[in-house]
Amino acid sequence: MRIELSEEQKLLQETVRRFAEEVVRPRASEIDESGEFPREFFAQAGELGLAGVAVPEEYGGAGMDAVSYCLVIEEISRACASSGVILSVNNSLVCDPIVKFGSEEQKREVLTPLAQGKKLGCFALTEPGAGSDAAALRTTARREGEDYVLDGNKLFITNGTEADVALVFATVNRDLRHKGITAFLVDSDTPGYSRGGHEIKLGVNASGTTELSFQDMRVPASRRLGEEGDGFKIAMAALDGGRVGIAAQAVGIAQAAFEAALAYVQEREQFGKPLAALQAVQFYLADMSTEIDAGRLLTWKAAWAKMHQKRYSLEAAQAKLYTSEMAQRVTSKALQLHGGYGYTREYNVERYFRDARITEIYEGTTEIQKMVVADWVINRT
Amino acid sequence: MTTATLPSTDEGIDFALSEDQELVRETVRRFAEERIAPGEAERDRAHEVPTEILAELGELGLLGMMVGEDYGGGGSDPLTYALVIEELSRLSPSVGVMASVTNSVCCWPIDRFGSDELKRRVLPALAGGALGGFALTEPGAGSDAGSLATRAVRNGDAWVLDGEKAWITNAGLARWYVVLARTDPSAGKRGISAFVVAGDSPGLAVGAREEKVGLRSSPTSGLTFTGCRVPAANLLGEEGEGLKIALATLDHSRIGVAAQALGIHQRAVELAIAYARDRVQFGVPIAQHQAIRFQIAEIATTLAASRALTYHAASVPEGGKEAGRLASQAKLYASEAANRAVWVSQQIHGGNGYSEEYEIARLYRDVRVTTIYEGTSEMQRLVIARKLLSR
Repeated sequence: MRIELSEEQKLLQETVRRFAEEVVRPRASEIDESGEFPREFFAQAGELGLAGVAVPEEYGGAGMDAVSYCLVIEEISRACASSGVILSVNNSLVCDPIVKFGSEEQKREVLTPLAQGKKLGCFALTEPGAGSDAAALRTTARREGEDYVLDGNKLFITNGTEADVALVFATVNRDLRHKGITAFLVDSDTPGYSRGGHEIKLGVNASGTTELSFQDMRVPASRRLGEEGDGFKIAMAALDGGRVGIAAQAVGIAQAAFEAALAYVQEREQFGKPLAALQAVQFYLADMSTEIDAGRLLTWKAAWAKMHQKRYSLEAAQAKLYTSEMAQRVTSKALQLHGGYGYTREYNVERYFRDARITEIYEGTTEIQKMVVADWVINRT
Repeated sequence: MTTATLPSTDEGIDFALSEDQELVRETVRRFAEERIAPGEAERDRAHEVPTEILAELGELGLLGMMVGEDYGGGGSDPLTYALVIEELSRLSPSVGVMASVTNSVCCWPIDRFGSDELKRRVLPALAGGALGGFALTEPGAGSDAGSLATRAVRNGDAWVLDGEKAWITNAGLARWYVVLARTDPSAGKRGISAFVVAGDSPGLAVGAREEKVGLRSSPTSGLTFTGCRVPAANLLGEEGEGLKIALATLDHSRIGVAAQALGIHQRAVELAIAYARDRVQFGVPIAQHQAIRFQIAEIATTLAASRALTYHAASVPEGGKEAGRLASQAKLYASEAANRAVWVSQQIHGGNGYSEEYEIARLYRDVRVTTIYEGTSEMQRLVIARKLLSR
């Protein structure tokens, strides 16, 4: 048992923190307000190896481990949660499943530019009628010769407004439920592929969330990821990894809010002394710090389990469940400590508060995480 | 729900326990299941001290396990110690606290601050199975330990102690107590010194046993010192260092209380799962109802968080920059989470959980003290905040 980063990981953390402070943070409020997708950030992140952190170097990635990946997402999210989720989706939900399930050709042609940050990926699973119940999706894939023809609609697709490649889940036979689901790597310039406008959201407003629709869209069979019927398994495996990324994002947002609060309470004077001298304020800080540490440890534990265990769904779900609710509590307390100022756009803490909210919803709601955890601890032990 | 056993890597983060730690955990778990669990409910009801079990713990080397091998101890690391307290407390929080007090607040400060001569005289017996105690709290000095009033006055080659101590775990059983007393009334917090006092010293009287909500087979009493002579050689550390020693001891011992809370929490989750699988309502085991499943998911997740915080606090270098804050965080979180988990588990047990026939009812009483002793949750928050604000 040793909870200490390696020298390499510490160096990575410092490098990413500097990049986040110098390049990402200065634009965070502006893109939150405008909803502009930070495409050049993604390209720069790609040059640093952050678009495919765990992708092997031969496919354009940085070839790093899962804990290093958590450090990257935490540091970027600490500066800008939109940028954090953009990277997290490209890494966990697009690159990782190709590394794990892709053919050599797919790794060379599709994965490599994604891992280099030259192309941006999105993950198209959710539909208007299929959210938590992903197996109920209605997008169809019909085999025609060497192609599949896809028809259907996807919703709430992060990176969707800008993505060059979509990992699309469609069913070859709805009667088979999850066993009919099949995954495809689709270029966004494929005829029949169209996307909606930028969805205005409560938080993570610059992450290019949109809807996608596919009409008579022909996808070569060579772009099918895995076999027919493997799609649900691929989606769930991707989401296990994705949840670790979102947990790291939640820790990063909470950490930013905590640091802002810690600084503010030492500057702000009321009753003739800094707020930090008040016991109630100190107690808030103590609880926030304790919960952030707990959340970071659970996140690292899940990443560690990913590297060492065959299955880490339980650890990933626990990390995501705990950290997302923790981030909600911590950002709320941080805003409270800022008083009226915290409710204004002059301070970043209101953005952290809005951004934290989504971590309880996407990549499996809190309720889905509880279902996963309960299944593991009640039925499998 | 326990940590998987995996080969350790050379650098970076590693959540695996070592082979030795896994072996100790398994051994103590088996001992607790075979020797402690069978009579625990009866002992609790009868307020009976588990004398034989304590003797066996001593034989296993679990009462002075962190004492250096030169003084007859096991030389264990704090994480191994935490695993032992967790496993003992899982089936008997009473046994857990008796072991924890002997190890953390009696042996530990003597081992760290005692002279070689004192250690040679005192530690082999403690490490060999004698119980120890720690007398800091007084009727008027709880969280505000620095205000303690027990006096120690130098008289020849002895110190003479007079005063009252309260809430002393292992009172009447301990072979040795670490006692905090005021040697210089004009020096405030720097006027306090620590002494190692034999349990059978003339002038040391053990008060009536307290009737507690929980931990009923662990005896707790006040101690009264009346002209109690303690050899000058039994001064621990230097004169005036007492509060520093006491606070360092508490920083360390909080890991023990966190581990105790963790063991109780673990048990509460196990009991909830077992009960929910067994209990049928509305035609199905209640483990199939989502409301029950989600509550189990919640307490299993906070258990993982407690475990991570506690093991982390136990595995950082002693006396390191963050060690005190991490120990307080672990104690704060683990004790609060364990209280909540026991409450949830009892709720899942319904009416049965309110009956002393079910183990969860005892845990409900036992867990309560974990947010109170060795520094209340409020004191932990003060300690944590002070460290955050001084960074």
